[in-house]
Amino acid sequence: MLLSKATTAAVANAADRAQTEGRSLWKDARIRFFRNKAASLAFYVLIAITLFAIFGGYLAHWDNETIDWPLMGNVSELGGPSFENGHYFGVDDLGRDLFARTVQGTRISLLVGIIGALIAVVVGTLYGATSGYYGGRVDSLMMRTVDILMAVPFMFVLILLLVIFGQSILMIFIGIGLISWLDMARIARGQTLTIKNKEFVEAAVATGVRPMNIITRHIVPNLAGIVIVYSTLLIPSMIITESFISFLGLGVQEPDTSLGALISKGASQMQYGVIWQLLFPLFFFIITLFAFFFVGDGLRDALDPKDR
Amino acid sequence: MLSFILRRLAVAIPTMLILIVISFVLMFAAPGGPFNNDRPLPPEVLANIEARYGLDQPYIVQMTTYVWKVVTQFDFGPSFKYRDQTVNDIIRSGFPVTLVYGFWSFVVAVTVGVSLGVLAALKQNTWIDYLAVGVTVGAQVLPNFVMAPILVLVFTLWLGWLPGGGWNGGQWQYLVMPVIALSTSYMASIARIMRSSMLETLNAGFIRTARAKGLPMRRILWRHAMKPASLPMISYLGPAFVYMITGSVIIDVYFSTGGIGQYFVNSALSRDYSVIMGITILVGALTIGFNLLVDILYAWIDPKIRL
Amino acid sequence: MLLEVQDLKVTFTTGDGPVNAVNGVSFGIDTGQTLAIVGESGSGKSQTAYAAMGLLARNGTATGNVRFDGRDLLHLSQNDLNKVRAQEIAMIFQDPMTSLNPYLRISEQMAEVLTLHKGMSKRDAVTEAVKMLDAVRIPDARARITMYPHEFSGGMRQRIMIAMALLCRPRLLIADEPTTALDVTVQAQIMQLLGDIRRDFGTAIVLITHDLGVVAGFCDRTMVMYGGQVMEEGTTEDVFARPVHPYTVGLLRAVPRLDRDDGELQTIAGEPPDMSRLPAGCPFSPRCSIAKPRCEGTRPTLVHMSDFMGQDRRRACHADLSEVA
Repeated sequence: MLLSKATTAAVANAADRAQTEGRSLWKDARIRFFRNKAASLAFYVLIAITLFAIFGGYLAHWDNETIDWPLMGNVSELGGPSFENGHYFGVDDLGRDLFARTVQGTRISLLVGIIGALIAVVVGTLYGATSGYYGGRVDSLMMRTVDILMAVPFMFVLILLLVIFGQSILMIFIGIGLISWLDMARIARGQTLTIKNKEFVEAAVATGVRPMNIITRHIVPNLAGIVIVYSTLLIPSMIITESFISFLGLGVQEPDTSLGALISKGASQMQYGVIWQLLFPLFFFIITLFAFFFVGDGLRDALDPKDR
Repeated sequence: MLSFILRRLAVAIPTMLILIVISFVLMFAAPGGPFNNDRPLPPEVLANIEARYGLDQPYIVQMTTYVWKVVTQFDFGPSFKYRDQTVNDIIRSGFPVTLVYGFWSFVVAVTVGVSLGVLAALKQNTWIDYLAVGVTVGAQVLPNFVMAPILVLVFTLWLGWLPGGGWNGGQWQYLVMPVIALSTSYMASIARIMRSSMLETLNAGFIRTARAKGLPMRRILWRHAMKPASLPMISYLGPAFVYMITGSVIIDVYFSTGGIGQYFVNSALSRDYSVIMGITILVGALTIGFNLLVDILYAWIDPKIRL
Repeated sequence: MLLEVQDLKVTFTTGDGPVNAVNGVSFGIDTGQTLAIVGESGSGKSQTAYAAMGLLARNGTATGNVRFDGRDLLHLSQNDLNKVRAQEIAMIFQDPMTSLNPYLRISEQMAEVLTLHKGMSKRDAVTEAVKMLDAVRIPDARARITMYPHEFSGGMRQRIMIAMALLCRPRLLIADEPTTALDVTVQAQIMQLLGDIRRDFGTAIVLITHDLGVVAGFCDRTMVMYGGQVMEEGTTEDVFARPVHPYTVGLLRAVPRLDRDDGELQTIAGEPPDMSRLPAGCPFSPRCSIAKPRCEGTRPTLVHMSDFMGQDRRRACHADLSEVA
């Protein structure tokens, strides 16, 4: 869930290169990225998973809500994966098609990951850039706030939030997004401090551009490299956080589902001989995380060739 | 040293206050009080109960009273749902359980993680290194809520070696799976951090000096490399502690250990605010205390930090 | 000969293929003598010294022959090599900011050499270390020895490094760019100190540097390296007065001088070589103003010039002497 210091340093390095060496760097990075076999494989896996989450529903014989009544009484013997009855991944404990449920769960997990990361990145970048740009007392106040917030055990607050305002997907988006911007804020601030002294920013200041415009037009675009790498590493940790909450039954609620909720269901049913109910969601959960981690690492290495 | 600790406390106290205020604000903002059940109580009964719990007071008074009682008497007040139990009772029965396997998980994560990381760095690009890297990469995608069912599947359902849940006074059979499930991913993170920082340290100029001085490898490693190489790991211990405390909720629920996390989730599902808040604040205080310890440890190792 | 190096080669295995940092270097140094190894960064001068001491990075391998007092250093067991290090050959490094351990007190770092190699007690070792710090003129050594490296200035740290290197009275001191990271005034003090050490302790010194100015008044002999090979070697006076290799000529022209007014300072055109793709012939040929087709095709060997005005000179160049000067 946490980026190691080394990663942060490497990412910062990568971003530094990104601004100093200009456009050709991205082309170089792309070449280096696809030369990395593990990373490019992970990239294609990620595309496949995304396609599965978006279009998988069209392949399913059953939708995710219909209960296959004849199977329901005897799921452990009749409900296993089968092509004959169209339940490719078998059925869940209520006789619903697990393939359709897995598609749905993957889609929601991906959405939570991406939107959560997006919120974290937008909030964190703006906060960090502002803090770094203004410097001085504003900076120390803003960063002290981040320090304080970082010491708060946020999962507990998030659960409190969900309990009080109801367990909706929207609440999860907001909750997860809002607790994950702290790291990003720190990284963005550090980068901003170095960008701030570059000539093009000084030129903008000298010509009287307003601070907010300098931040959004000049500083934030130059944080792109670091933000991209950080996001790809943030998405899987968002997915883990959501799954964690859903595993406790405090996350997404029926009839919606996520990979975490499906794993939780499968784990509670596995002693009844319906192991597929655990294994299929688990498989998708694990390869999704793997794919994101490898793509993230690959991007980091591609942007920071010094690191090998 | 004292002024260093005082300065840290100056940050810790506002953190704690913010946590309490957040909890309170969320609670006050909650639609309906804790006693608005499915079966609505008659208004005068509700008013009676609320008066008994002090809920009829203005918010600011409620908050001050609460903070005062927590700070002076370590009293988190009564539970709203279990009439005959206080939050302190619940903490007293659940916390020791969580503390025991949490402690062992922490020990396992740090010792195994550090050894694996150092070994991998020393034997860089050999099968030991590849194995260690493989394990850490694999463990990255196996968070506690994935590890727990996999362990139960293998060791309880297939092999029948270990009980699938319960606590039984903390006998070792009941400890093994919670400890492994909770520690695996942090062990992996620690190993990864340790490996890369050790590799970096071994390339440092002062290690070359130590070699030029004719010191044996063993001494170079323990005397010269270990301290600087463990600094990144030490700064990860704070966050790792938070993640582990968070993860203990899963362990308590999944293995039915009777630990504090089980109470937390049950209270969350039944909207027992006083218990949720008591546990959240306790966890917050523990986290802050632990971070303080880590800071002191860090400052003790790194002579460049002025105490 | 105290130290004798023959046909030393150093290769690093990297992601982009092997890099040949040192390609067949030979030289020797006698007891109490001083030898300068001069070259640009990347010329392989530091790696030559590291290879002799067994201090190469993990991906580096050394072949050839390195004899110290008759012992073959490249094939010594780790244990025996550790005994030679510090006790007989000591080394100091370019950057005094990073070559002392920032997490240990100076007293610990110095004393461990003596407790380990001489079996001294901790207390005696510290007393001895204080004496040595006095010898390198660290003021108030007794009180300051318990400080950490970051509490000293760069020049002071280099003095500490030198003191630490001398603790076991080694017969050879290898100084790898000892003054490069220091201010000019401090540079002079450190060179003065090294000179005193040679006089007082009779230590042979190998001085690795890219700064010809440092070499001039200090070393008996000078060896010029380029692209991992020796270009020429001879007594310092002679090399400076009558360079026999076009690279040395270029180097000397690039040194600013006050005693002579030769107009603009000259530089050597072109870039230092890429060590992973050295030319087949003379490594200097792409930048050499008098290079012939032969220079690009075949590598010149390092030969003795026995008839060179009675001097012991070696050089590796195809060109006639008359063309060089």
